[in-house]
Amino acid sequence: MSAGAAPRTAPASPLLEVENVSCFYGDFQALFDVSIEVGEGEKVAIIGANGAGKSTLLASVAGLLRPVSGQVRFAGAAVGQLPAYRRVAAGIALVPEGRRIFPSLTVEENLRIGAHRRRSGPWGLREVYELFPALHDLAGRWGGTLSGGEQQMCAIGRALMGNPRLILLDELSLGLAPKVIKVIYETIGDIAAQGTTVVLVEQDISQALAAADRAYCLLEGRVSLHGATAELTRERVVEAYFGVR
Amino acid sequence: MVWINQIVQGIMLGGLYALFATGLSLVFGVMRLVNLAHGDLIVLASFLSLVIVDNLAWNPFTTLVLVIPMMAVLGFALQYLLLNHTLDSGLAPILATFGLSVIIQNALLEQFSADQRRLHVGSIETQSMRITSEISIGWFSLIMFLVAVLLLVGLQLLIRRTRLGRSLRATSDDQRTAQLVGIDNRTLYGVAMAISLATAAIAGVFLGVYTNFDPSSGPARLIFGFEAVIIGGLGSLWGTLAGGIVLGVSQAIGAQISIGWGELTGNLVFLAILLVRPRGLFPGPEPA
Repeated sequence: MSAGAAPRTAPASPLLEVENVSCFYGDFQALFDVSIEVGEGEKVAIIGANGAGKSTLLASVAGLLRPVSGQVRFAGAAVGQLPAYRRVAAGIALVPEGRRIFPSLTVEENLRIGAHRRRSGPWGLREVYELFPALHDLAGRWGGTLSGGEQQMCAIGRALMGNPRLILLDELSLGLAPKVIKVIYETIGDIAAQGTTVVLVEQDISQALAAADRAYCLLEGRVSLHGATAELTRERVVEAYFGVR
Repeated sequence: MVWINQIVQGIMLGGLYALFATGLSLVFGVMRLVNLAHGDLIVLASFLSLVIVDNLAWNPFTTLVLVIPMMAVLGFALQYLLLNHTLDSGLAPILATFGLSVIIQNALLEQFSADQRRLHVGSIETQSMRITSEISIGWFSLIMFLVAVLLLVGLQLLIRRTRLGRSLRATSDDQRTAQLVGIDNRTLYGVAMAISLATAAIAGVFLGVYTNFDPSSGPARLIFGFEAVIIGGLGSLWGTLAGGIVLGVSQAIGAQISIGWGELTGNLVFLAILLVRPRGLFPGPEPA
């Protein structure tokens, strides 16, 4: 699964290249030589069971975790050893699992702090409020008082405020009501339409495959399957997801 | 009437204790650092002022122009070059600041001897405003109190209204996620320590005028600061002011009962409040 053996559907000059990355938590190895590529403007899903290494992979791209071996390239530059805050400046934004809204900031402050290292681009406070009108009504509320769905909108808005080239969405639907999940997935199309590249991590396979152009499946820290979502049969996905034959 | 007078004096002193406490609670809030050297750094500021007074014959108030930036730069350097390297390793930060406390005390002892020192600001030290025949407020005490309150208001505005304050609050909430929005937490920690030691500089100069100091005075200042934080409740600046005032008034009342009972009464009130209201009188919002 080296970069040279990338599938035909991968674009010529990828925005994000993860090359043979291995990550550890202490003695526990969470990723084994994982390689993925994401082209500018693509929507890519990373699926896998609980503990397959999906969030670890996103953390190593966002800079919360340094790979022990391998390299992360973004827009052609090696970023594997940069701290998270410098990767934000380069254009990588992570919407973390559990949303992680700042409780002692208001909704509007949570959004504004997303522009701490703002790059130029289409997203500003007004555009985020247009995307999520519910947030506009909650602008003065403390972050700690929001419902799960409101937190998720706020977390996505916060990430967009920095005008990232690449937005990483971790476990978008976890713990949310189906109606809310639908609203949030509809906005992913709007975000991609503004030119932002989207990588989303999901346990919910059908949700992820419907939203993405391509998908990687992780199994116990290794890529077990990848390809265009249109070409992935349910049978192959189930096999790659659970590791059963 | 003599009691009312003591209470008024206690309130004035409480402003100073609130200043000790603010510097402590700021660094605890932002980087969960318990700075055991805070009291010694306050005393260091008193000595810095003394050196400038001795050499340049300035008024101690004027020395703040130099002492505040010197302490702020020291704070940034201390955090960035030393304490940041200890943050992710359990007891290390508390041991590092304990060591720093010992180093500062001994360095001051080496340089200045164990003599009691005092800063003098001239006749304003002894002039007072007579309210009634029994109650009078010293001009210096009043200035000290007002400076403390103004500083607390200023810090409150900084934390609530500015971009820097927003970053400080976000980092205090969740430093990992703060990095995800592009906040360089290590530099921010340096800035927080710089602000903390700038308040220590002001506290040190006022304390040096208010009472005697020597190289071993720091730990007592630290205790008063901690007590004010805990009485008032962590995480609220107004609570800190109230905590300082409760401590100051307790000490003043104790000292009126018997001259040696001042600090003891303060400690007893602190313990009583810790028993009855462990989160303090005016706690900040519950952590989410």
